[in-house]
Amino acid sequence: MPSLPPIRPEDEAVAEKIRPGGAFDAPVDEAHGRILFELALRLGDDSLILGQRLAEWCGHAPGVEVDLSLANMALDLIGQATHFLTIAAEAEGKGRSADDLAFRRDVLDFKNCLLVEQPNGDFAQTMARQFLFSAWQKRLFDGLTACADDRIAAVAAKAVKEVAYHEELAAEWVIRLGDGTEESRARMIDGLDWMWRFIPELFETDEVMTDAAARGLVPDLASIRIGYDARVRAVLAEAGLEAPADQRPILGGRRGHHSEHLGHLLAVMQYLPRTYPDAVW
Amino acid sequence: MYTTELSKSASGANVQGIEDPAKLAAFEARVAADEFIEPKDWMPEAYRRTLTRQISQHAHSEIVGMLPEGNWISRAPSLRRKAILLAKVQDEAGHGLYLYSAAETLGTSRREMIEALHSGKAKYSTIFNYPTLTWADIGAIGWLVDGAAIMNQVPLQRTSYGPYARAMVRVCKEESFHQRQGYEICMAMMAGTPDQQRMMQDAFNRWWWPSLMMFGPTDDNSPNTAQSMRWRIKRDTNDELRQKFVDITAPQADAIGLTVPDPDLKWNEAKGGYDFGAVDWEEFYAVVKGEGPVAKERMKARRDAWEKGAWVREAAAAYAEKQARKAQAA
Ligand SMILES: [Fe+2]
Ligand SMILES: [Fe+2]
Ligand SMILES: [Fe+2]
Repeated sequence: MPSLPPIRPEDEAVAEKIRPGGAFDAPVDEAHGRILFELALRLGDDSLILGQRLAEWCGHAPGVEVDLSLANMALDLIGQATHFLTIAAEAEGKGRSADDLAFRRDVLDFKNCLLVEQPNGDFAQTMARQFLFSAWQKRLFDGLTACADDRIAAVAAKAVKEVAYHEELAAEWVIRLGDGTEESRARMIDGLDWMWRFIPELFETDEVMTDAAARGLVPDLASIRIGYDARVRAVLAEAGLEAPADQRPILGGRRGHHSEHLGHLLAVMQYLPRTYPDAVW
Repeated sequence: MYTTELSKSASGANVQGIEDPAKLAAFEARVAADEFIEPKDWMPEAYRRTLTRQISQHAHSEIVGMLPEGNWISRAPSLRRKAILLAKVQDEAGHGLYLYSAAETLGTSRREMIEALHSGKAKYSTIFNYPTLTWADIGAIGWLVDGAAIMNQVPLQRTSYGPYARAMVRVCKEESFHQRQGYEICMAMMAGTPDQQRMMQDAFNRWWWPSLMMFGPTDDNSPNTAQSMRWRIKRDTNDELRQKFVDITAPQADAIGLTVPDPDLKWNEAKGGYDFGAVDWEEFYAVVKGEGPVAKERMKARRDAWEKGAWVREAAAAYAEKQARKAQAA
């Protein structure tokens, strides 16, 4: 019998770290973890990037009340992002934290939709973006309250109330500006026109979403679309605005292919952790 | 806070000559008995004027004060810090709102007050005319600036004008959270890397003296203090508050390894407080005059926000009017 190689202390140390598990344990569903990671990342990045955008208004909004309401939405969104990115980090299982995900990924690894990274522009553009996004997020979160992952369901259940308020507030501004003065109407038309091409991406069903739907993680996006379109039509009608003509959809955010704007946003947002990689704040 | 008495002439000196003596005597008796004066109550013109100036100045300070910290929300180094800073700056906007409302009860509209700010007629605290250069400044502001604000505002909860006192009660609840989060940032920085410690000491060096200036001129240079204390608008003198601030803050600096940038700072056993160096009053008055390092930036930011927001406010008014007309027709 050939002699076996000795078990070295460093091998023992490695063995020590492997978590206990018997041969009859259910196999870890790696695919499930990957889908959960991707999904939580998308949800977290949507909230994070929009929160970051809204916070840019702080101190510069058209009035103190508006300033307060924008900061309030930004705060809700940063809170959601923290929860979703924490779930993503756990699902990934590589020891990264929510902060690592927020501050130490580059553009290609961000999975937010293109809509949320669009520049604030004027207040009409910001509100057009907010309404088109929140109306979608509200319906998505409604569905996510029944998510097969308990943590996502719990976050959605809490956040859906916040988001319902965001949708309401933004809808009111779309109506007020659309039906306000000539100038505000023209600005709202421009704002909607800018954002319109990013709507289809919200309903894109790629492999991740198809797989996530099959696992009971996300609601059927096609069914959400019906309610979404109806809501958007109703609000535009009340604002006395026509829906912009359909534009060629711009996609790519979910695969890390973003607009030029995101890189600049990240450069600002991530500057401290990147400049001082060893610092704890 | 942010309500330093900035006018150098004594404004309430000749009250006796112009007001109805019986009403004035009754008013003074109520104030002396620590009663609250309410908006509908009779009050001397000088009292109304002083309070309008003080409360609107306080409101402006809350609003302008959003800018130096707002400067760092986009760059806050963690999700938690970002959320806390957003919440804090949002609180300051809320303080601005309560205070504008309190000031409006004295008969000046918010619009007039804002126009006075933008024209340079109204003042706001000198402290916000200094720049926030690094993240450490956010710690320093919370700890020192909100700390100084608390020191000034706690006694104002018992100020004689009811709406102002009640606004201060709400404000004070939030200010202590502001100060804690600031000091917590400073602690983390001083427990951090050499780069972080350098940033923190530098921020402390830059904010220490301007924080002491927040309490306003020395007592012998504050001609209105006597009248304001007599009317219970103010309850402590500038120098008393400044001393209290130094006594509380110097040991806090020491506890986390920061050096107070004042070679004259020394514990004085006999008086049970610190002796400290002279504030550079020339700089203070220059900043009051609008010559602070980033005074132009602050005023430009406020004016720009107001002017760029004009079409939004007009649209909201036009829409409200249309709705009202529709409701009437229906
Ligand atoms: Fe204050
Ligand atoms: Fe405040
Ligand atoms: Fe504060």
